[in-house]
Amino acid sequence: MSHFRADIRQRAEELVALYPRQRSAMLPLLHLAQEQDGYLSDEGIAEVAVLTDTTPADVRGTASFYDMFHLEPVGRYVVGVCTNVACLLAGGEELLEHASVTLGCPVGATSEDGLFTLEETECLADCNLAPCVQVNHRYVRTTTPDAFDAMINDLREGRLDHDVPSHGTLIRVKRQGGLRVAKDDVAAERAVAYAARAARAEAAAQAAAAVEIK
Amino acid sequence: MATLDAPAIVSSRRDFEDSFTLSRYLETGGYCALRKALTMFPEAVAAEVDAASLLGRGGAGFPAGRKWSMLRRSAISYLVVNGDESEPATFKDHYLVERDPHQLLEGVIIAAYALQVSQVFIFVRGEFALGLERVQQALNEAYSHGALGSKIFGSDFSVDVVMHPGAGAYICGEETALLEALEGKRGFPRIKPPFFPAVTGLYGEPTVVNNVETMSNLPWIVNNGGAAFAALGAGRSTGTRLFALAGNVKNPDVFELEMVKNTFRDLIFDPALGGGLFEGRTLKAFIPGGVSAPWFGPELLDTPLGQDEVGGLGSMLGSGSIVVLDDASCVVRATWRIAKFFSRESCGQCTPCREGSGWIERIMYRLEHGGGRMEDLDLLLDLCDNIAPGLTWPPQQTTICVLGPSIPSSVHSALSMFRDDFVAHVNHGGCSHD
Repeated sequence: MSHFRADIRQRAEELVALYPRQRSAMLPLLHLAQEQDGYLSDEGIAEVAVLTDTTPADVRGTASFYDMFHLEPVGRYVVGVCTNVACLLAGGEELLEHASVTLGCPVGATSEDGLFTLEETECLADCNLAPCVQVNHRYVRTTTPDAFDAMINDLREGRLDHDVPSHGTLIRVKRQGGLRVAKDDVAAERAVAYAARAARAEAAAQAAAAVEIK
Repeated sequence: MATLDAPAIVSSRRDFEDSFTLSRYLETGGYCALRKALTMFPEAVAAEVDAASLLGRGGAGFPAGRKWSMLRRSAISYLVVNGDESEPATFKDHYLVERDPHQLLEGVIIAAYALQVSQVFIFVRGEFALGLERVQQALNEAYSHGALGSKIFGSDFSVDVVMHPGAGAYICGEETALLEALEGKRGFPRIKPPFFPAVTGLYGEPTVVNNVETMSNLPWIVNNGGAAFAALGAGRSTGTRLFALAGNVKNPDVFELEMVKNTFRDLIFDPALGGGLFEGRTLKAFIPGGVSAPWFGPELLDTPLGQDEVGGLGSMLGSGSIVVLDDASCVVRATWRIAKFFSRESCGQCTPCREGSGWIERIMYRLEHGGGRMEDLDLLLDLCDNIAPGLTWPPQQTTICVLGPSIPSSVHSALSMFRDDFVAHVNHGGCSHD
């Protein structure tokens, strides 16, 4: 019995088929597991292990390396405030402190209503609009405490649902179709191309030698 | 005055709201370069890139053509594109991935054709949710348009491109760590040698890894010729480059500038670019190429924006990000935050980096927040010297990858340039800016 919903399971199998080795699908599959459960549940990890032909321990060990994977439940919205150097110079620390007060939870924790998890992040590569804030990895571009509070209100009341899906949903655009080029076709195509290239190189070398003799 | 007459090579669609769509891309000359490349021999396309002398735009600045030619005569299994931009204050690949994904794709397909590779992976930083969606959308469109898949545009060349999302780890920008992540493992950089994935890359097979900006230059190079690209800039730094300006300036943004023709002063102060500092502020220091680079003081403002020009002065142009610190900012706090970053992002394989970064971070924390001691200043230098012996530039390496030797840059710079600030922090029992 699959823990993944039918649609997620189907996407998972399509993902695995994109790679020469199934383990390569590890990170995309873990993102999918988070899309279904909001975090990496034991059941999700077990299913990723089957899909990648690894063990749950191996999957957990890999996932724990990466900041975006949560091994414990998080809020519907994971709010990340950057305090790295460009944001620091623009008041990132102060904004993070303010966020903690607004959400009523310390950094790294989840608000009492279970809606928000607050994180201090490293540089999010949006330094022209510092300090940078992301919610579920979407840039919300609220650089002041007032704008931050307004954004949180909008989130609470569902006004940003279109821009900010619930935590775990990362890529809403699906790949249309799998790989289009069959392995054998590639091998045949390459064999012809390499032979032609070698012939051209040979001809060029002979021409160069002829010039030298003259 | 800044020199702004160079063509926009990678940011020509910047003023279009819909720059990321296929229709806009086609309207502005998109995929013409790929069609042209397909009429050329693959080695002729590679020769144009060689002639362009395009230096890799990821940070190390290795010539892209040379990276390719190491393998041109043998079979290359994979092309991997590095879009895991996470060097603090660098945000140029973010722009390219989100705003011009088709340009990236066209460059990638051109490279695949030149290298005769039929399987490409584009590794995009996981935190770029919108960028990931835009690249996937562009991929879908490119397949329908016939630019990807079997026999593209009716040629004898077939290629598949897969987008691979990262998951939040700075170290995956290091190319061997990126390959590990692509193999579904923890992002641990691989032992060198071999120094290049060209020898042992993805699944142990020959692989070429190139940066997003490097790839985005290729359509222009094919359209206009490598010589036209090489005619821009000077010396080894040819063409244009995206510079990400951040920190205490009026107009922080990404600017495409001809290499070498402008200086840091132009970039920071020209009204058309950075616009200068805030009212009443003066420049204290700036970081010329990402936080892995040693800092420069105001006396080096007239240094041209070129790889060797900056490299010759003991720093690097690196990832092309410039951070401006004005006289109101606290250099001890900035240094502490950068040390904290490295401590957090060290993968933990090598002792000097794992232990050194944490130790430095703790010392910097107590200097900034109270509890710092005068002997900490020499201890910091000693620690830096243990990570990168001699504190030379380029640094000596005691670790598997260059994250380790990047740690001392800020600490050593700040201590050399602003020792008085550190002493004041000790005497004051913490930061006096608070």
